[in-house]
Amino acid sequence: MADGTGETVAAESRPNIHLPIYLDYQATTPLDPRVLDAMMPYFTGKFGNPHSRSHSYGWEAEEAVEAAREEVAKLIGADPREVIFTSGATESNNLAIKGVALFNKDRRNEIVTVVTEHKCVLDTCRHLEQEGFKVTYLPVQQNGLIDLDDLRAAVTEKTVLVSVMAVNNEIGVVQPLAEIAKIAHEKGAYFHTDAAQGVGKIPLDVNAMGIDLMSISGHKVYGPKGIGALFVRRKPRVRLVAQMNGGGQERGMRSGTLSPALCVGIGEACRIAREEMTADNERIRHLAHKFYETVKAKLPDIYVNGDLEQRIPGNLNISFAYVEGESLIMGIKDLAVSSGSACTSASLEPSYVLRALGVEEELAHTSIRFGFGRFTTEAEIDYAADTIVKRVSKLREMSPLWEMVQEGIDIKSIQWADH
Amino acid sequence: MAYSEKLVDHYENPRNVGSLDKNDDNVGTGLVGAPACGDVMKLQIKVSPEGLIEDAKFKTFGCGSAIASSSLVTEWVKGKTLDEAATIKNTDIAQHLALPPVKIHCSVLAEDAIKAAIADYKAKHGQS
Repeated sequence: MADGTGETVAAESRPNIHLPIYLDYQATTPLDPRVLDAMMPYFTGKFGNPHSRSHSYGWEAEEAVEAAREEVAKLIGADPREVIFTSGATESNNLAIKGVALFNKDRRNEIVTVVTEHKCVLDTCRHLEQEGFKVTYLPVQQNGLIDLDDLRAAVTEKTVLVSVMAVNNEIGVVQPLAEIAKIAHEKGAYFHTDAAQGVGKIPLDVNAMGIDLMSISGHKVYGPKGIGALFVRRKPRVRLVAQMNGGGQERGMRSGTLSPALCVGIGEACRIAREEMTADNERIRHLAHKFYETVKAKLPDIYVNGDLEQRIPGNLNISFAYVEGESLIMGIKDLAVSSGSACTSASLEPSYVLRALGVEEELAHTSIRFGFGRFTTEAEIDYAADTIVKRVSKLREMSPLWEMVQEGIDIKSIQWADH
Repeated sequence: MAYSEKLVDHYENPRNVGSLDKNDDNVGTGLVGAPACGDVMKLQIKVSPEGLIEDAKFKTFGCGSAIASSSLVTEWVKGKTLDEAATIKNTDIAQHLALPPVKIHCSVLAEDAIKAAIADYKAKHGQS
């Protein structure tokens, strides 16, 4: 490994490490082998259309879909009749937000959401602004959580929907869902949560928490890509305008032939998550903790972005001061991670989530997101921590900012030429 | 991002990383860019009494393209006169490294860095 500082033990001499090491579990997750096993029959012999009423090919496909639906419902404490399948959380978010807003637009025309939501929520809201809705984008505190007083002030009698994600994909923080639901309901607004990064990672109970709509993503919970779900409360009934018109499948809310294989996949993924969430979290928490403590012991001036307590264990978004994110990622080719740096996005602007936390631009440029998951091993995180320490150290030796800091110069006092 | 072999080489094996004494009369220091933009380059040249750049060092906070551009520039200025070094164009840098379009600004910054280092040296010697 060309890191110029010598003695890194080669990956080949460490058992059970497959390079590059996957540490991007928020971007997507691998299929749990058990999920693939459950799906396979529906790609081979059991290929029927679940909406075919008249023969056993259809009946067996339908049975599989309904069993899967039940597993998704169980994971979130819902009734199976409240779960509809979609093509993914993006579609679920579109359906929930547009569907509810448009159904109610003659009575209420305001929406409240948060600046750190996923792009599909923000873009959907922007689209609705063009249709005449007033949208309030709440700021977040430095720890990434919303201020409940801000929320209370923003929700009015004209608010149709409050949409706040359960877990943020970039920084892993968990919003106070039950409290948010309460505030939304005080003024008669619905509460939707994009739970793509939360399902299977934090306990979710739509009734205990008062959630009216919830978006679920298959490929974030070791299920297949291309399938998601939307929880739509029945008591009291939430009604929405379908965004996919056609044969009226999914109780008229989402037309289109369901893929039994994909439904079975997300169902099995949810079943496994329900049974193994606690054990998974404990193991992942230990790995993330070890990784962070190892790196922190050897590298000064590193910062975790997002609340340290209200978070999922499998996410660590870390800023490495004085080292630029893309240059760091280039030097850790053995690790598959993602960066909040501008250089890795198409624009020159750093991550809007980090910006919303108030992370200063130069620190935002230095951020790396590490995602740990069910299949991450201790050997992998030891190797990863080692790699990070070596590469950050080397880049700091090359950094004029690090040099200035070592010389006691206050970087903030310098007049930089704009370019 | 898919970078050219030359670019990756400069990133993995950067040339002339380090610092010269900025208080030395024969050293010109250029510091360009801004942390908020994600690019800061410090380029230093040591000029011989005959007016030739006999040594160059750099330090860069920036992406792979920025590091490669500044590393390349320290190679190119060595042995040149100040006037010759001032003719180095960002387009030459970008072409040599095959910079993707979204990274051209890194080569512009490297060109600015040389010019700033030359200007600093000249200012120390009462020239404009």
